[in-house]
Amino acid sequence: MSNSVHVYDARADHATVTAESPLAYSFQRSGMPAPGEEGRAVVSERAFLGHLILRGGAIVLDEALREVLGIGLPGRPNSLTVDADGQRSVQWLSPDEWLLIVPGDEIFGLETRLRAHLGGSHVAIVDVSAGQTLIELSGEAAHEVLMKSTVYDVDPHAFTVGKGVTTLFAKTNVILRRPDEARWELIVRRSFADYVYRWLLDAGEEYGIGVARESRHEPQ
Amino acid sequence: MFHIYCPYCEELREEEEFHPKGQAHIARPEEPDACSDEEWGDYLFFRDNPRGIHHEMWLHAVGCRKFFNITRNTVSYEILETYRMGEQPTVGAEHLAREEKTASVQAAEGGQQTVGASDAALASVKGAQA
Ligand SMILES: [Zn+2]
Repeated sequence: MSNSVHVYDARADHATVTAESPLAYSFQRSGMPAPGEEGRAVVSERAFLGHLILRGGAIVLDEALREVLGIGLPGRPNSLTVDADGQRSVQWLSPDEWLLIVPGDEIFGLETRLRAHLGGSHVAIVDVSAGQTLIELSGEAAHEVLMKSTVYDVDPHAFTVGKGVTTLFAKTNVILRRPDEARWELIVRRSFADYVYRWLLDAGEEYGIGVARESRHEPQ
Repeated sequence: MFHIYCPYCEELREEEEFHPKGQAHIARPEEPDACSDEEWGDYLFFRDNPRGIHHEMWLHAVGCRKFFNITRNTVSYEILETYRMGEQPTVGAEHLAREEKTASVQAAEGGQQTVGASDAALASVKGAQA
């Protein structure tokens, strides 16, 4: 079977064209309250990451991913695998669908290598980096902000590290996950990013929520 | 608010995440061209509306986005089981009959019970009395 899929670097021009994150406008319009002394919740956007949707059989995708990225698919529903330095992750979304997130400048190479490794296998790989963004929530009251926003059980004892679900959040869809003890991640559609951001500022007001400027993965 | 067990997510999730999608186990005719208009019309448009046990398709719309099946009592709204596409239900109308035999003092009084019984269940309860 010939591989007639056209793969191209969606961010090939990032040296010359300044990209704006889905929250760039919200930061201007709704402001970015600085994390205060008393603040118990901090929100930040991790923009310009590479998001890849993998669909197909678990066995063939798991093998390709181990070969190409060094981490395998999570074995259980609603769970997450993170690599050793915490920069790359794969999350179960449904029995035949996973979300892969890597640093933005790796996505094109990764997709190319995955496709080469998978050959003619019956799989689908879609770069959705431009369609969604990742919002990080941390601080001791982070789970309390979440409790106000979602019906899913986000008690830290129930929602343990390594769990990730797609659920309702303030009436919109989000992917909610917990990569480590300190952080929660929300992956939201680009068109809902502003809404979720303003919701978080409002819901987090009583905990003195602040917005941290992104410290990692600035686009080149 | 109540919880539904998604057989793909393998956990109980809030009902808000789901959508009902109608009767389950409707097989498409093997040879549509050989169907009479009545058979084809039945397949396309006509659905059961039982009082009692009903097998339904549901969609985990905000979640794994998979279809699955639910066996539900349309009288009490109780969900008796959920199972994956392609699987068969383990609970059928006889389930109600069994429940009624154990809990049906009033059904024994002339079989006039109208709540919680499908016709099939009612018939089998009557049968058991005879
Ligand atoms: Zn599900």
